Amino acid sequence: MSDRTIDRVAQATPVRVARKIRGLSDRAIAWIFIAPTIFLLLAINIFPLIWTIQLSFTNYKANRIGREIKDVGFRNYERILTDSDTWLNMQATAHFLFWTIFFQVLIGFTLAWLINKKFKGNDLWTTIIVLPMMLSPAVVGNFWKFLYQPQIGLFNYIISWFTGKEPSSFEMLGSVKLAPWSIVIVDTWMWTPFVMLICLAGLRSIPDYIYEAAEIDRASKLRQFFTITIPMVLPFLMLAVLFRGIENFKMFDLVVQLTGGGPGSTTELTSINLKREAFEKWRTGYASAYAIILFVTVFGLASIYVKALNKVKQR
Amino acid sequence: MTYTKLASASALVLAATTLSTKANADDLTLCWAAWDPANALVELSKEFESQSGHTMNFEFVPWPNFADRMLNELNSGGKLCDLLIGDSQWIGGGAENGHYVKLNDFFDAEGISMDDFAPATVYAYSTWPKGTPNYYALPAMGDANGWFYRKDWFADPEIQAAYKEATGQDLREPQSQKELLQIAQFFQGREIDGKTVYGAAIFTERGSEGITMGVTGALYPWGFKYENTPGSYDMEGAVNSPEAVEALEFYKEFYETATPPGYTNSYMGESLDAFKSGQVAMAMNWFAFFPGLYADPNTGGDKIDFFVNPPQNQPGSTLGGQGISVVSYSDKQDAALEYIKWFAQPEVQAKWWELGGYSAHNSVLEDPGFVDSQPFAGDFLEAMAGVQDFWQEPAYAELLLAMQKRIHDYVVADQGTAQEALDLLIEDWTEVFEDEGKL
Repeated sequence: MSDRTIDRVAQATPVRVARKIRGLSDRAIAWIFIAPTIFLLLAINIFPLIWTIQLSFTNYKANRIGREIKDVGFRNYERILTDSDTWLNMQATAHFLFWTIFFQVLIGFTLAWLINKKFKGNDLWTTIIVLPMMLSPAVVGNFWKFLYQPQIGLFNYIISWFTGKEPSSFEMLGSVKLAPWSIVIVDTWMWTPFVMLICLAGLRSIPDYIYEAAEIDRASKLRQFFTITIPMVLPFLMLAVLFRGIENFKMFDLVVQLTGGGPGSTTELTSINLKREAFEKWRTGYASAYAIILFVTVFGLASIYVKALNKVKQR
Repeated sequence: MTYTKLASASALVLAATTLSTKANADDLTLCWAAWDPANALVELSKEFESQSGHTMNFEFVPWPNFADRMLNELNSGGKLCDLLIGDSQWIGGGAENGHYVKLNDFFDAEGISMDDFAPATVYAYSTWPKGTPNYYALPAMGDANGWFYRKDWFADPEIQAAYKEATGQDLREPQSQKELLQIAQFFQGREIDGKTVYGAAIFTERGSEGITMGVTGALYPWGFKYENTPGSYDMEGAVNSPEAVEALEFYKEFYETATPPGYTNSYMGESLDAFKSGQVAMAMNWFAFFPGLYADPNTGGDKIDFFVNPPQNQPGSTLGGQGISVVSYSDKQDAALEYIKWFAQPEVQAKWWELGGYSAHNSVLEDPGFVDSQPFAGDFLEAMAGVQDFWQEPAYAELLLAMQKRIHDYVVADQGTAQEALDLLIEDWTEVFEDEGKL
């Protein structure tokens, strides 16, 4: 913008407004700029959170408008925490969370390390590998459902080819033992590329001169890997774990499409149970308490983790 | 000159009539599930459009999302639907939460009598509190869970001989639940026309209502009751009676020994697919699908026949079907009531049955030609005489989801015993009724 334009804008500002602004401090003007954002945050995040906390102490049901709302104290919390089904859901979530992150980090880092090597067709392979994460979880859930179909599913045929078992002799989605692993496999297939991309960014951020110095010091490749590569990629890896951890703690769509939480409640993750309580059973008060418990859990774990991440970064 | 004046006057009258019709014409939206009968209703409603001048729009939602979508709509006071063909279990919530318009005064004013409809359908689809003359819907679509089978396989002499050899009995439409299982087990894994086939497709779906609708097909014939005394919510000894335990064990055995692999989360669509693809000898499903199944070019016609859910200790079928209600949040209630008045006419009901809808009107059901009008018509009448429905309480969704969980845990996930599953179900239901202030 030229000076002449600035002058024109300044002249066009009504005198009363200009006088008022001239009287404001920098801090006040800064507040004016961020006020709309703060207002939106309060309206969209903070107010619902406070309201949810309030509802969690009541017997409120959103589908029963005329029903008297009673204060039930900590009863909802007590019922949730003493209900064995809650802990089964937590176990299912923990199993899903741990193994998906484990496999995604392991495979994601390996892929990133391989992709980072300069070879022909490098870009093409990167594009092919990241394709799964570009798909919609609902689509992925649906087609993996077909892949897992015992009579016609490709997955069962591949396993049968390796093991010699009849393809229809095992059910990935219908068996209590296999269903938790079936959702781990699909999530790993879909989201490993994401971890790979973050790791790749980490690997590419390591300056070549560090490796060159190590070479001069006659450090072996293995030693370079453990003393340069891993420590320098670690903050990136930890970030990937944080993202995937938060995402998978609230996993819903993919698992609903695949198993619907079944067989029985074997793959009923906490988010699926929360949705059932809130929007199928309409136990709004109870579901609010459940949501608060989950929020505190995620928030607490994430805070501890972020502190650890910062320590690693400072090293 | 006289002719010109007459023509002008006629034109004026015509214009005035058109204008007045246009002025009163409404755009009505009818909400229902997306399935075969809904298409028949679209066809049927064209007559209403031409007679009334109103325009009919339809919002059809696939079954797995139907309850979620429509109950959310009602709970939020939405104006999407003027008319709703809602599931029978919704009637309690629809009435108590003020979602449905009470129709008694309208029925009285228009001379619509509930005595003209099959009593079981009036009880199940229209009344709240149950059995009282408080009507919130007009029976729209009678339905029950029934069975269909490969008539051509059953008639095959080689298969008949093999069955006789295996069981010592003739292969026929099953006369009891145990015979049903025996036949299904006979077909399980059998080679027919060079293909491995299976016994039967049954409901095992976890997410909405599937496994409950399936298992009650076994529970009711064994004599299952929800309460010892109706209205008392006294469930101990009724829900977990020895008969109920035996029926639940039977359903689990059926699932484990006579169904195709991978049918661990299957409902209406999967049952139809299994049958149409020639995988199973028999399948359970709602009568609403039977016209479409009979018309199927590959597995319909001479290859299919139908039977009512077999009895065990007593006859018993799971009730399906719906009543049509006027949504209280609609701004077009008058036009919606007009539709109900039109729909209740015997000649419209007769056409409804012709097109593939299941009329509940006595004039249709008691017509001497009804039983022979379709190969499944007689079975439909027999089924409707012995139907039982799930709880229709305002808290039905909580009650249903609790049963879905306990039954799926036991039948599909193989956790615990039948006795434990039913005991836990009583605990869940007791908690719901305590929350509701009914216990």
